[in-house]
Amino acid sequence: MLTFRKPWTAVSGEVPMGNASGTIVNVDILVPNQTRYLGLMGNIAEQVAKELDVFTGDRDTLAYHLNLAVTEAMVNAIQNTSPDDAKKAVRVCMHIEDENLCIRVYDHGQGFDLNAVPTPDFEELNERGRGIFLIRALMDSVDYRKTECGNVLEMRKKLT
Amino acid sequence: MRRDRFQSRNQTMNILTEKHDGKTVLSLKEERLDAHNSAELKDRILKVLENGSHNLIIDLAQVRFIDSSGLGALLSGYKNAGLRSGSFVLAGLQPRVHSMFELTRLHRVFEIYANLQEALDGG
Repeated sequence: MLTFRKPWTAVSGEVPMGNASGTIVNVDILVPNQTRYLGLMGNIAEQVAKELDVFTGDRDTLAYHLNLAVTEAMVNAIQNTSPDDAKKAVRVCMHIEDENLCIRVYDHGQGFDLNAVPTPDFEELNERGRGIFLIRALMDSVDYRKTECGNVLEMRKKLT
Repeated sequence: MRRDRFQSRNQTMNILTEKHDGKTVLSLKEERLDAHNSAELKDRILKVLENGSHNLIIDLAQVRFIDSSGLGALLSGYKNAGLRSGSFVLAGLQPRVHSMFELTRLHRVFEIYANLQEALDGG
């Protein structure tokens, strides 16, 4: 199951009444609540990064960072969804808002307190606990809040 | 159920295992090392250690993407090799993969070689 919800605009160049960046990105995708879709969504995030003309930095690095942020956020969403809801979908949205790329990953779980997630102890060799740290390190802002039917992890990356 | 969501049903990860001068080289023939295949990598490394090969080189030259669970699987291998007084070294990290080790300070933990030959010579 792969659903491209409207409005679906892959990535385009100039828009007549467009925003300051001149680029419109509006990606809204539902995939099953399974890790086998991590690669697909990560690759879409990479392609979005590579088309962001407004971004003046290293686009290949941005692409990797968005791939990682989307991957970690999706894993977080899958982990936070009850096994009973295994057939539910993970929704990933990406769009440009002002001068930021905004990525939202929705889950149907109980949620968690983002502020309570500690920075990993670098001296401890724990196998887990680095996902949120990586998202925070690579994105400019991270927020997690309740929605009507679950939660959303919202990540922003400044483009200019 | 968790297994269904976190792992492919079949063992599908492509890993080439070879012996070189008493060392066992596991070459990952995958572009991504992430939460979808990291559990399988962890299992495969553990099986190699349990089968008596305690000096491992993990060749990551073909891996262009790693996430936190991929790092965790490698840490698992490192710790399990250490428990057996073995060695566990990494080789051939692509620059962006290496940058994830730096970001998480794990480049201080692992012995990392530029390529497989250097790991075979020095590991």
